[in-house]
Amino acid sequence: MTENVIDRWSPAPDPAAGEAVTAARDGAAIVMAGLSKRYGDVTALDGVDLVVPPGAVCGLLGPNGAGKTTAVRILSTLTRPDSGTALVGGIDVTRDPDEVRRRIGVTGQRTTVDDILTGRENLETWGRLYHIGVRTARRRADELLEQFGLADAATRMVRQYSGGMRRRLDLAVGFLLRPQVLFLDEPTTALDPHSRNEVWQVVASMAAQGTTVLLTTQYLEEADRLASQIAVLDHGRMIAQGTPDELKSRIGGHRIDVVLGGDGAVARTARGLARVVGAEPEVDAAASRISVPVRDQVTTLHDVMRWLHDNEVEVEDVAVRRPTLDDVFLSVTGHGADVGRAAA
Amino acid sequence: MTATTMITVPPRPTNPLDRLRWALTDGWVVGRTNLFHWRRNPGLITQCLMYPVMTVVFGFVFGSAMVVAGGGSYREFLMPGLFGQTMMFGIITTMMVTSSATAKGMTDRFRTMPMAQTGVALGRCVADLVTSVFELIILVVCALLVGWRFHHGLGPALGALGLLLLFRFALVWAGIFFGLILPVEAVGAGYVPLLPLTMLANTFVSPTQMPPWLGAIAEWNPVSATVAACRELFGNPGVVGDSWAAQHAMLLAFAWPAVIMLVFVPLSIRRYRNLER
Repeated sequence: MTENVIDRWSPAPDPAAGEAVTAARDGAAIVMAGLSKRYGDVTALDGVDLVVPPGAVCGLLGPNGAGKTTAVRILSTLTRPDSGTALVGGIDVTRDPDEVRRRIGVTGQRTTVDDILTGRENLETWGRLYHIGVRTARRRADELLEQFGLADAATRMVRQYSGGMRRRLDLAVGFLLRPQVLFLDEPTTALDPHSRNEVWQVVASMAAQGTTVLLTTQYLEEADRLASQIAVLDHGRMIAQGTPDELKSRIGGHRIDVVLGGDGAVARTARGLARVVGAEPEVDAAASRISVPVRDQVTTLHDVMRWLHDNEVEVEDVAVRRPTLDDVFLSVTGHGADVGRAAA
Repeated sequence: MTATTMITVPPRPTNPLDRLRWALTDGWVVGRTNLFHWRRNPGLITQCLMYPVMTVVFGFVFGSAMVVAGGGSYREFLMPGLFGQTMMFGIITTMMVTSSATAKGMTDRFRTMPMAQTGVALGRCVADLVTSVFELIILVVCALLVGWRFHHGLGPALGALGLLLLFRFALVWAGIFFGLILPVEAVGAGYVPLLPLTMLANTFVSPTQMPPWLGAIAEWNPVSATVAACRELFGNPGVVGDSWAAQHAMLLAFAWPAVIMLVFVPLSIRRYRNLER
């Protein structure tokens, strides 16, 4: 099933290990070839292949426990893989981790800035730990504070920062070196929509300076917004990869969710709506919810409403929404995103 | 918005001397940030000193009712024990900071950087030793206020303080190791095993006044060696006992820290390198 999906969907076949290494020699920023990692009984990664060209922003998409964090940990030299090859900037992460560390920036799920230090002190300290020299660290700190919109808060202790400001400072630490490759593990988790927007802008500005970004996310919207390449992970396996447009055309863009008032009419309504939109809707019988893929929002919404009205269907709620990770999984694997397994 | 600063990260040096300098720089930079905490959050130091200062007061109040083996004032006997106990409790601070830095992902961030493998640990040593120096200064002042004295002059007294710091230095490495393997909640409960360990020693009572089997354990307790050596150097009472351990307290005050470091320096560095949570 999974193999079929990749054949049908990926524009290019996934590179075998040998080809992947060749690709790295040709200058790919990140290569994962047959990468596997187990934690006890849990398979976190199961033969993952991925090549990210330099300057690209790659979105690693998947639910909790899909193996996203494990992939980032291996690439950022924190964890050794059981088997397979991982190259960053053409350098093997297990053979020469120190060389990799000179070229990467990492921002994890938790903010690692020091509450008691000011924003500038945090940046200076981390900068000095890269051994770039006190003066350079200082200059770079000021530059980053400016770039990340924190110049006014530079001399305030971080414990007075808002959640969004802390996250931006944390990203600035990851970007201290203006690294060749930047890893962002769920950079917007637990942020309010406003702060999320700010982080998106910051990530886009980092990518614009030529840094290759690998970011993990559970939000399709985020990957779509930032990434030039999306890879979908499930149970430690790569189940799909391609450009955001390819992914969206596969799952059909926006959705109209229809929640029925009475009961019993779900199957009949689903069949009717399938004829109206010319695509198979997803049905959640327990919640009386029918979800139809949409090509042209306004026309389709109009058609759906008219059909519901003409057929006297009792409707409780109708909403147009963006597709989610669940929709991706439904269309690629036939099941929803299976959230909440142990491995992360 | 235009980034102008050119940044080049030098490769990690290969010759031993440069490596050492690299590690010491890392240690200083990490340690320095920890010291900001004391400066900006003076409440921390009050918390840390609450217990020892209370005990000094306790010794002052009850001291006259206690009998010291071999004679002498209990207050004079107690203070070196208290200094030793404070050094031992310091391991909780080390474990706590290490464990919470790990839980917060701070340790992982250090590990993705081209730092010296020992850089973070050395930073801990810098911070914890500076803290301990302050703790000792305050304790010595309190002790002098309640009537404790050193009798062999300033040189040996400073030597005794040096031994206390050596003991603390060794414990930093043990603290780092346990901080890396234990979750924060477990570290918070660290007083439970540690308190009896500091009492099952010559800190409060001379082992010669304990049942023989208990006394033997107490005499071989690492903290006892340091405390007995301090009593000797301060000229305080309670330097008694004819077991090998009691007779060679000065030697053990160097040997125990050496053994502790021999075990925990490699353990904590290996654990740091292969950290997995």
